[in-house]
Amino acid sequence: MSSMAVHRTGLAPETLDTERIRRDFPILDLTVHGRKLVYLDNGATSQKPRAVIDAMVRYYQHDNANIHRGVHTLSMRATEEHDEARETVRRFIQAADASEIVFVRGATEAVNLVAQTFGRANVGAGDEVLITAMEHHSNIVPWQMLCEEKGAHLRVAPINDAGELDLEEFGKLLSARTRIVSAAHVSNALGTVNPLRTMIQMAHAQGIPVMVDGAQAVPHLPVDVQALGCDFYAFSGHKVYGPTGIGVLYGKEELLAEMPPYQGGGDMIRSVTFEKTTYNVPPYKFEAGTPDIAGAIGLGAALKYVMALGMDRVAAHGQDLLAYATERVGAMEGVRLIGTAPHRAGVLSFLAGDIHPHDLGTILDREGIAIRTGHHCAQPVMERYGVAATARASFAVYNTREEVDALAGGILKAREVMG
Amino acid sequence: MTELSELYQEVILEHSKAPRNFRRPETTNHTAEGYNPLCGDRYTVFLALDGDTIGDIGFQGAGCAISKASASMMTQMLKGKTKAEAEKLFAQFHRLVTGEDAADDHGAELGKLKVFAGVKKFPARVKCATLAWHTLESALEGKQEAVSTE
Repeated sequence: MSSMAVHRTGLAPETLDTERIRRDFPILDLTVHGRKLVYLDNGATSQKPRAVIDAMVRYYQHDNANIHRGVHTLSMRATEEHDEARETVRRFIQAADASEIVFVRGATEAVNLVAQTFGRANVGAGDEVLITAMEHHSNIVPWQMLCEEKGAHLRVAPINDAGELDLEEFGKLLSARTRIVSAAHVSNALGTVNPLRTMIQMAHAQGIPVMVDGAQAVPHLPVDVQALGCDFYAFSGHKVYGPTGIGVLYGKEELLAEMPPYQGGGDMIRSVTFEKTTYNVPPYKFEAGTPDIAGAIGLGAALKYVMALGMDRVAAHGQDLLAYATERVGAMEGVRLIGTAPHRAGVLSFLAGDIHPHDLGTILDREGIAIRTGHHCAQPVMERYGVAATARASFAVYNTREEVDALAGGILKAREVMG
Repeated sequence: MTELSELYQEVILEHSKAPRNFRRPETTNHTAEGYNPLCGDRYTVFLALDGDTIGDIGFQGAGCAISKASASMMTQMLKGKTKAEAEKLFAQFHRLVTGEDAADDHGAELGKLKVFAGVKKFPARVKCATLAWHTLESALEGKQEAVSTE
């Protein structure tokens, strides 16, 4: 990693050397329909640096064995690497202890885990779960399922036209019946960054724990779970340059200790008889079965990669691109931005006149430009704005202003094609 | 012609901007809703069946240029056709847009619908082109629930 530890440019110390970074991502050499790939669908999944790909290949070629089992050399090596990945995650989100880091499949599984363990143990008939109007389906449906099972109520804090949470309404919805709050750190459809510290303070003042869906935040912002004070924090590895199939649930030690297990199986037990099983301690209590060892190692490599870039510089680069794209695309005739909160990250959601996002996506693809079109798994957000779908460009460390210009050019081309 | 201009032919763009039969007929006896959850396209197809014959047909809803133009041209083609003829046309249209059509399918029957041949180069858009047709099929069968192309 040391060779890529410093990616500063000579010009501005707070920015990234994208030219050099791009060389770390083999896929960026691709051409699509004869055009140089312009990958602006990072909110869906990011591309992977060679460091991640190599770490996984190296593991399978040199260290592959099951963890926490054998005394043989490979098993110990695999266990060590898996433990090291957990420690890297701890460092990445500034958790107090590695035992607070539970490996899961992704942010979706993390929310389901909390709903099915903490939720089932603490939410009863007539109780309330509070979310916001900007949530991804993965932070809506698991709570709906829980509420349906328990006879509880799902409450939704509204957003304003810019896509910002209405903090006053949020405060009013916190009640003596609220058992948990779950909110996005960054909205995947609007880019809004929620005022989490304030929200968490408001909830904690009433003794209500807060879960944060950080899937869209960790690629763009430095995250410190202790400074935030959140009780749970979830993210997916694949949106932050890691592999698919691995993600993280952070939970405060005292909460994880009290929670019942999620799934039963190997590794999550201390002892098993047919009469009684005693469970292992966190995080193992929540990690039944052989985990995604290679995935965890790949995630560790990804997080080391972005930490070496410096999350402050990663954030500054993202802010610069988003500001440029907001200005460049937002100024185009007929373009309507969906989500105009002053504090946003990573995502530009828009409509290009009366060109349907699906048609725009097809035309951009022929220009080699990949964006997301559709409802972004956030149908209630689309409904809030009275649209069925939007086009979404989302950025990563390897994106450049030139690529934003290419997007603007693609929109002009679409206007030409669609007449 | 480039693949893009083959997809977005003049006649398709024209229909998407000024769809025909974009209305609910005064009397309808079969209705179905079609929805593509992936992109949010949503249409309702209204039929006034006179025995086995489509006496009147209209549609409403919103979606991309391909799905809207396809719905518009479908309604134009089907007025006065029997259920069996409509189903046969759908089968031919489906083969056309998926690129599975044999040469003899290109007969007079598809007529103007042949402008959708460009869709076969865009597999992701087949669902757009066929959404109205799937909805029609559902309406003919008298299903009440929304059909989905997912």
